[in-house]
Amino acid sequence: MIFEGRARVLGDDVNTDYIISSRRKRETIDAAVLKHYLLESVAPDFAASVQPGDLIVAGGNFGCGSAMEVAATVIQAAGIRAVIARSFARSFYRNAINNGLLAVPCETSSIQEGDRLRVQSADGVMTVRNLTRGQAMHAAPIPAIMLRILEEGGLVGFLAKYGGFD
Amino acid sequence: MTPQTISEKILSGHAGRTLYAGDIAICSVDLVVGTDGSGPMAIDYFEQMGGSRLYDPPRVLFSLDHYAPPNTPQTRAFHDRIRRFADRHGATVFAVGDGISHQIVVERGLIGAGELMVGADSHAVTCGALNCFAVGVGSSDLAAAMMTGKIWLRVPHTIRITLTGRRAPDVAPKDVALALVGELGASGADYQTAEFTGDGLLRFSLEDRLVLSNLLVEAGAKAAIFPHDSNTTEYLAARGGDRGSPVQADAGAHYAREIRCDLSTLTPRVARPHQPDDVVPLSEVSGVPIQMVFVGTCTGGRAVDFHEALDAFARGGGRVARGLQLVLTPASREVEERLRADGTLARFISAGAIVTTAGCGACCGTSGVIPGDGMTVLSTANRNFKARMGSATAQIYLASPAVCGLAAATGRIPPALLTESAS
Repeated sequence: MIFEGRARVLGDDVNTDYIISSRRKRETIDAAVLKHYLLESVAPDFAASVQPGDLIVAGGNFGCGSAMEVAATVIQAAGIRAVIARSFARSFYRNAINNGLLAVPCETSSIQEGDRLRVQSADGVMTVRNLTRGQAMHAAPIPAIMLRILEEGGLVGFLAKYGGFD
Repeated sequence: MTPQTISEKILSGHAGRTLYAGDIAICSVDLVVGTDGSGPMAIDYFEQMGGSRLYDPPRVLFSLDHYAPPNTPQTRAFHDRIRRFADRHGATVFAVGDGISHQIVVERGLIGAGELMVGADSHAVTCGALNCFAVGVGSSDLAAAMMTGKIWLRVPHTIRITLTGRRAPDVAPKDVALALVGELGASGADYQTAEFTGDGLLRFSLEDRLVLSNLLVEAGAKAAIFPHDSNTTEYLAARGGDRGSPVQADAGAHYAREIRCDLSTLTPRVARPHQPDDVVPLSEVSGVPIQMVFVGTCTGGRAVDFHEALDAFARGGGRVARGLQLVLTPASREVEERLRADGTLARFISAGAIVTTAGCGACCGTSGVIPGDGMTVLSTANRNFKARMGSATAQIYLASPAVCGLAAATGRIPPALLTESAS
């Protein structure tokens, strides 16, 4: 997988309620509707300015708090194919991979808003190239089981194909 | 054999092979718990996965707790979808008003020591107080567990938290939990289990332990597990018995980190807006005017919490402060019935409080009371993220039930618990 796009930079500890509020989820779990409220309480102009192909770049502990899975699907619905963060909260990390959203844990402090990034995932090795600044960051290898899930587009595709984990 | 932590032992037992931290394994699941928040998406995914039947219907539960009661056509439709699915497949549904999923699991002894529970609610970790491995997941993992009875897990490293000494009378389990989250930070326990030990443990009842297990997820913990002891047995004896197989860590097990907490040195704590790990001594925020007090949730909504809140409320004058809204939401129907029977709710209501349907209540802005814009809220809950309760401009402070009860009477965050006199 190779994705190229514009960096949209967020800070540390972006919790899932910030990504999409529980109150919005009460109205619908349809991500195509919820995407209009993406990050509304912390970045009120984000949803209106996001463009398909943009990449979210964050600090540590991205996706902490509630395990609600719409936090992953709403990011995808906005046309974002990968989230790059210094670290992820475990429930968001699982939910992202389970929906085929690439979650890339790597150093992000040098990435600035608007930088052109290229994210490449090959055989479990993920690399982020900052085309604007001429830098490359490498992520820790993704576990084999997660790679297999990702290859099927997520856990639904994986289980629809294999019927189980064994 | 190399010594193992509690997590390594429980997950080994559920994978059928010896595991250590860092291993990835397919584990069999003893209990699968969904909510009205996570359930509808899980049902969609279950069907898209080709799921035709639940792996073991008696082991699959749903609780209608986040939208209790449903106050929109959409939330009612979520409930109907869960009920129809459960009727068709034989799963159990706990109704609106029965309470919060993990509270019900604990109260009814539905999970045993040494077992593995997958709950599609981040606060499923609460059940670790019963010496089980209880982990929070999203809807896709819930759907997979419903269908296959399995989950893949990376065996977590463990942080050993040793509690020693005795708490002062004004220090609640919530204060201990806040102090630990403050020390660890919001990501300090990411991907790791918190395992509790120490001679201070026996003075934590099972209900006290639930508070610690619950709040450790605010430091990112994957599980937060207590040993099994006489307090566990005593709690479960009245609830259909203690059916699990207790698990203790081996001497010499490897811990990623050790935290020692001398309980005698702790004082009451408060988490400031908008991070649960922004924890300061109560005295540092005393005097902040409060417009809404919320006593409830899976952290602070059990009978003991309401008793402690009422005691402090009475000492503060016993009337809801002018212009303040005091909102009480029992964590479960059992809690509500106890509080009705012992007169706690009647005393609160006659003093000006309101009581809402047992469940998650106002915690995440999905049911109950939404604070007004710009209001300052003091809450027994676990999260104070911006907009968490439904208003992006509300300020949410988290504290113990006693601090919340006292503030409800005085209208301000109190400087201390013991010296506060009637106002």
